Amino acid sequence: MLAHAAHHGPPTSFIRKYVFSLDHKVIGKQYYALALVAALVGMALSWFMRIHLAWTSAAIPGLQLLTKNGAPGGVMTPEFYLQLMTMHGTIMVFFVLTTAPFAAFGNFFLPIQVGAEDMPFPRFNMMSFWVTFTGFVVLMASFFTGDGPTLGGWTQYAPLNAVGPVGGPGQGLGVILWAASIALFCVGQLLGSLNFIPTTLDLRAKGMSLMRLPLSAWAWFITSCMGLTAFAVLMPACILVILDHVAGTSFFVASNLVMNDQLLPHSGGSTLLWQHLFWFFGHPEVYIAIVPGIGIVSHILITNMRKPMLSHRVLIYSMGALAVLSYMVYGHHMFVSGMNPFSSLAFSFPTLVITIPSTIVVLIWTFSLYGSKLRINSASLFALGFISMFVSGGVSGFFLAQPSIDIMLHATYFVVGHFHLVMGVAAMFGIFGGTYFWFPKMAGRMMDETLGKIHFWLSFVGAYCIFMPFHYLGMAGNVRRYSTFVDDFLQPLIRVHRFITVAALITGAAQLIFLYNLIHSRFWGKPAPDNPWEATSLEWSTPTPPPWDNFGGKLPVVYHDPYQYGVQSSVGDYVMQTSPEQVKKEHDEK
Amino acid sequence: MATTIHQPPQIDPQSLLDQGRSGNGGWRNLVPADGDLRVALDHSPPPSSTAIYVVLFAITMMFAAFTSALIVRKGSSLDWQTFTLPSILYFNTLLLLASSVTLEVSRRRVAALMGGLKSQGGSPARWLYITLFLGLLFVGGQYVAWSQLRAEGLYLATNPSSSFFYLMTATHALHVLGGLGGLIYVIRKLSKSALLRSQLVATARYWHFMGILWLYLLLLLWMKL
Repeated sequence: MLAHAAHHGPPTSFIRKYVFSLDHKVIGKQYYALALVAALVGMALSWFMRIHLAWTSAAIPGLQLLTKNGAPGGVMTPEFYLQLMTMHGTIMVFFVLTTAPFAAFGNFFLPIQVGAEDMPFPRFNMMSFWVTFTGFVVLMASFFTGDGPTLGGWTQYAPLNAVGPVGGPGQGLGVILWAASIALFCVGQLLGSLNFIPTTLDLRAKGMSLMRLPLSAWAWFITSCMGLTAFAVLMPACILVILDHVAGTSFFVASNLVMNDQLLPHSGGSTLLWQHLFWFFGHPEVYIAIVPGIGIVSHILITNMRKPMLSHRVLIYSMGALAVLSYMVYGHHMFVSGMNPFSSLAFSFPTLVITIPSTIVVLIWTFSLYGSKLRINSASLFALGFISMFVSGGVSGFFLAQPSIDIMLHATYFVVGHFHLVMGVAAMFGIFGGTYFWFPKMAGRMMDETLGKIHFWLSFVGAYCIFMPFHYLGMAGNVRRYSTFVDDFLQPLIRVHRFITVAALITGAAQLIFLYNLIHSRFWGKPAPDNPWEATSLEWSTPTPPPWDNFGGKLPVVYHDPYQYGVQSSVGDYVMQTSPEQVKKEHDEK
Repeated sequence: MATTIHQPPQIDPQSLLDQGRSGNGGWRNLVPADGDLRVALDHSPPPSSTAIYVVLFAITMMFAAFTSALIVRKGSSLDWQTFTLPSILYFNTLLLLASSVTLEVSRRRVAALMGGLKSQGGSPARWLYITLFLGLLFVGGQYVAWSQLRAEGLYLATNPSSSFFYLMTATHALHVLGGLGGLIYVIRKLSKSALLRSQLVATARYWHFMGILWLYLLLLLWMKL
């Protein structure tokens, strides 16, 4: 009986090599490219919104091209503002923050880090990408069909998500396309989990025990388990929304609902039902976005500190605890939904508890960094930036975890600042760090370090200039989701909004440096050696770039824990996992 | 004082395995010592044995979501109208359970064949065909049940109870069709003598799970509708 480590030979045709590739490395790069395009689109949308918030009557040239009626003369209507906001959130959460750190890097590096020559089901892996890609196309198509994309926010709250065109622009076809796109995305990610989990459990090389897996591999494994649970719930929820639209069912729309002077034909639906289904996915999604970042950042920091973290095991257990607890806290998004106050209490407690593993992770990073001679490069800077953003955004989570405070702040910019820092910017920094760190292996060339450092400092300072004032705005009562601030008490805050907009434009422009660096280095960068960072894990023991079967037909044998730094060996202060060399640790000799 | 080790001592891979730290891939026996790929393939456990549980877990979560939606929806309003389940569903249940038995017979025969034992009383393929036939009958029977409900004027959007009935039974039937696809794949592989036992085992687990899931759905719909 033969089992399958890989089902395919080397690709022979252009289509098989670059388009419908079965190679996990090509699929990883495809995911990265998709995330890059999605991030640029999402960033452009945020620019439009920011300009409108700061200078409400300013015309944005070309904006009319994105909408039929939403931007007469280039000035967006309130409805179009909400449509842009919805698309910004959906694109960023699903097609960037999930796609890049998990699907892109995970696809490329998980099989190599465990010592396998591919995922166990390459065809499903290929389908995973193309289904996700189709989901993105369907979402983008909503810009150009009917009356534009949905305006219901990335959370698509009921009953607005199910009432149909009477709910406003994009609430008919736009919602259907949104739900179809997300359902496709869920299928893509489930197919991803179907590969990630058996890869980690069944395809590890000889000697690669679970505790010898690098922290990044652990993070992808834990994330794939979370994704399996979360996306399997969101998909049926999307199906229910579509049925409410096309089949006349009443899952989410209550009886006798009158909207825009029309009595809706639905009866008895539950608006809270959607919130429960959505947030059961939605909160784990936050960790699906951030846990790969935790793993990637740990992996980068260890390599640059030249010593392992204080506790490998505790970091892994903390990531696991985050994954488990993430399902028990989802109700904290619903403190203002009108659910039973005792439920709020029940959800508040685990929400405070989940700060414990997060704190442990941060403390391990901090105390491991203490006294280390950190090599400063673009990757390690972004890793430090990740920690900074994770802590800054996480601290405001303490406030929001308490229902009495959350009720005051929930509909304000405070929450927007909180989740952008802790989930958005932190995860983005993880993606950037991973890119600077792994680009040599992925592309076979080095990225420009100077440009990388400029990119870091502009992004780091810029992100704080954008999102810190959000907290102030929130505490000053600045309501979120408004496209203009005409109320008296909001007028003085417009100056803050202008500052944020300028910061957002500059920080966004700084990302073009990254884009230039990425493309320029891909073609004209300095050729990368096999192990430029003197790292230990398996991805650095393969040639650069790795051959189609990763290890040239010979599977590696693993002799060491993943992070044997600060030792004395024949190659330097590290021993690779594949090296049979037995070494003494420095502290063993003292 | 630190010294460079010029001739590094080699670690015996076997000693790692003996340390009780679950080397050798940790989870199960994976790769032999020399790292040769073809030998490795001979000894690797099938990832499909893990993957099938991943699939079953995802399906479980999906129906858990539908179940919680049903309970919340029923409790949230007074418009829920109960109706009697079409009696053909009970006959369909018997068909699906019988198909699990025939598939199990087939699986054991394949195992016996692979173990070098002589086949007793018919080839495994025959039992696979019977399973396939019973599975098709089940899906056909479900269609008859939907037709009967339509004849009674109960459509998808008639009432939340009928919505959930159609939704859950149709989703289950789609998954059964997926299982039938798996059976056809297994039959084709068997006819070419290229069937892996792991593929048959994974298909059988999936199929049995469809039966268990149906029993759960029947109980849920019988209690709630």
